[in-house]
Amino acid sequence: MIPELGQFALILALGLALIQASVPLLGATRERKDWMALARPAATGQFVFVLAAFLVLCHAFLNDDFSVLYVSLNSNTALPTPYKLAAVWGAHEGSLLLWILILSAWTLAVTAGSRSLPEAFAARVLGVLGIVSVGMLLFTILTSNPFERLFPAAMDGNDLNPLLQDPALVIHPPILYAGYVGLAVPFAFAVAALLTGKLSPEWARWTRPWTTAAWMFLTVGIALGSWWAYYELGWGGWWFWDPVENASFMPWLAGTALIHSLAVTERRGIFKSWTLLLAIAAFSLSLLGTFLVRSGILVSVHAFASDPARGLFILLLLSVITGGALILYAARARHLTVEGGFRLVSRESFLLMNNILLVVATAAVLFGTLYPLFLDALGLGKISVGPPYFNTVFLIPMLPLAALVGVGMHSTWVRMSSESLVRRLILPAGVAVGIGVIFPWIIFGRASALTMIGVSVGLWVVAAALLDPVKRILRRGSAPIALTRGQWGMTFAHLGVGIFILGATVTSSYNVETDTSATPGDRWEVDGYELVFRDIRRVDGPNFQATEGEFEVRRDGRLVTILNPQKRIYRVQTSPMTEAAIDVGWGRDLFVALGDPLGDGAWSLRVQVKPLIRFIWLGALIMAFGGLLAITDPRYRTQRKQEKVQPSSELVETA
Amino acid sequence: MWRYLIPISVFAVLAAFFARGLNLNPRYVPSPLIGKPAPEFELPQLKNPEIVVGTQDLTGNVVLLNVWATWCVGCRQEHGFLVELAEANDLPIYGLNWKDNRPTAMSWLSSLGDPYVASAFDELGEVAIDWGVYGAPETFLLARDGTVLYKHIAPLTREVWTTEFLPRIIAECGALPCLPVGSE
Repeated sequence: MIPELGQFALILALGLALIQASVPLLGATRERKDWMALARPAATGQFVFVLAAFLVLCHAFLNDDFSVLYVSLNSNTALPTPYKLAAVWGAHEGSLLLWILILSAWTLAVTAGSRSLPEAFAARVLGVLGIVSVGMLLFTILTSNPFERLFPAAMDGNDLNPLLQDPALVIHPPILYAGYVGLAVPFAFAVAALLTGKLSPEWARWTRPWTTAAWMFLTVGIALGSWWAYYELGWGGWWFWDPVENASFMPWLAGTALIHSLAVTERRGIFKSWTLLLAIAAFSLSLLGTFLVRSGILVSVHAFASDPARGLFILLLLSVITGGALILYAARARHLTVEGGFRLVSRESFLLMNNILLVVATAAVLFGTLYPLFLDALGLGKISVGPPYFNTVFLIPMLPLAALVGVGMHSTWVRMSSESLVRRLILPAGVAVGIGVIFPWIIFGRASALTMIGVSVGLWVVAAALLDPVKRILRRGSAPIALTRGQWGMTFAHLGVGIFILGATVTSSYNVETDTSATPGDRWEVDGYELVFRDIRRVDGPNFQATEGEFEVRRDGRLVTILNPQKRIYRVQTSPMTEAAIDVGWGRDLFVALGDPLGDGAWSLRVQVKPLIRFIWLGALIMAFGGLLAITDPRYRTQRKQEKVQPSSELVETA
Repeated sequence: MWRYLIPISVFAVLAAFFARGLNLNPRYVPSPLIGKPAPEFELPQLKNPEIVVGTQDLTGNVVLLNVWATWCVGCRQEHGFLVELAEANDLPIYGLNWKDNRPTAMSWLSSLGDPYVASAFDELGEVAIDWGVYGAPETFLLARDGTVLYKHIAPLTREVWTTEFLPRIIAECGALPCLPVGSE
């Protein structure tokens, strides 16, 4: 009975979403306040019912209700409780419900945060979010009902995919989706502006915190996914350019471009139509990701169970939402007025270059991801596009972008003299390049050109980000330069970028990977570490059996750590899983993964030393923290009446 | 101004490709064996290791060769349909038990039903390599003269059977059941 209540709650939510998607939009056109006023209660009610449906599904999982097909396919009585919760969003149907829950949560946040907006505009924003919600609810109810019954009920469940039985994967999907789906908010703001036919000067300021918030979640979500892939897939890589990863990365790139373009639109009232287009593109890329992951149209290591009927439905949804928004864009964007220009050496033009490079990178990733599909559809054969393509085409726009970050941060709006820019930056740039060229040689004894460029660029971004705060601290006695919360946010976000670049460069350049075979009792050396294979034994987990190795790691005779990598066989799904053992450190990770038994007690082993790999995720977290600081800038909370900006203060803001 | 139409045009082209892509299977890799003689093999039977099963047994009739294993979830999924096919008795089905364990495989057949005339026991997967098997289940359709007519990757379903297998079998045999040459 309870699962049917969940189903019923979803249908009620759809009813409310239909109201939210129609009446307020009509009301905004006909200037009917009572119609517009329906948006908020409809959105709130929808959230309540979606939450109810979601809790019903959680209840079914926690109580092992195997009369629900989805539960029986993805859970098991022996599955530990946290993973039962993770199993709620562990496969297609439940993750779609999570998607909808998060969308309605964002919508609820917009109803609360939009009180200071003009009524007609807020009604349009909520109406557009309602349209997206109707589409996703219809998709769930018609093609992917998580409450479908299994008759007769299964004795026990099929268990959760062992790959997903991992702490990081419990929180990865909700956070990633919060980012993915959060991009619906700037999308709705953009479409609402296009519906209104004009972009009010405050538009960008309203949109910025929502965009940054979604971007922040997306950043953390992608970082978690990469971290998980690193220790769980057993290969020791941190990014595979898999279609599913690209599906989350493209909205991130577009969202990053959007954040920068919004800054220009807010401050200077230019790039308006470009900003709108990026807002549409960022969310469309999210939807595209959903389509690619769930339609089975591309081959991926971790795609969802695919189904052409579902694929067709999402394609229709994508066509209605993205196609509709782009048609509206084609009709309305040219009427947007542009005020003011800028010189070649100005913050605007650096941000324009930032946007061009980010869009080029997005397009390159999109093209590489879809290339196998293009060829196949044209009957030109089957191919797959791998990391060599992506690494190359991604670096081409990214290196200049990273080099420009530092310059852009220290430039001013409208115009500035190139001499003063050079004077400010010559010292940090020189130091960064000096260290970047010399240090790899001192520490590692070898360096390729690309390594030296990467380290220099990373250090340069770090130096540029820290330049103002450091000056501020040094000058504490005299008049300190006050940095706003937004500027601190930018500082941290860019600092994160620099740290990420350092981590990615050093890890890829100096990663030591060895594949060996060893028997208990063997000792050998990898990159200065002495490994002793002490023992191998059987260990039983709640729903798996494992073979666990014990390795002693010594350096200069001193014990560093004992590592216990496992090879697990999950009972129900009988798939082998590699649980790598990692000795984590700021300077390096030591990674040991157990391969296959080779006979006579010998095992194949993968031992890796990965310098600075933590910087990759640390950098991402610092970027996200920067986003958090920027959102909490009090500027976004000021009321409409106080928002007169003084143009004179703008020019000196970064001086 | 035409430039505002660029985004929607790009999107329309992408959407057209996606619509086309939905009807393609990215996992489908055409087998180079199609139209060529089936790779020769001789392996012990699963149920009776003394008896050999091989290419010899497969020629002379239109047969199915189904690659299966007890560790393969898709095999369990298609097994019911294979048993149904075997009961219809339209053509002989042979099995290639791939990288499996003999007692487990035999208990699987006794509990789920045995659709196979005989299953070859390919413990080390050496024959499967010759046949270009890269995942179970896979099902090969062989002509009377032993050439490979078709290869299906993924569980066999009634839909695949009617659209892909039946027309090819009818073309080869004329009618069902498909009997060996000279047995009439």
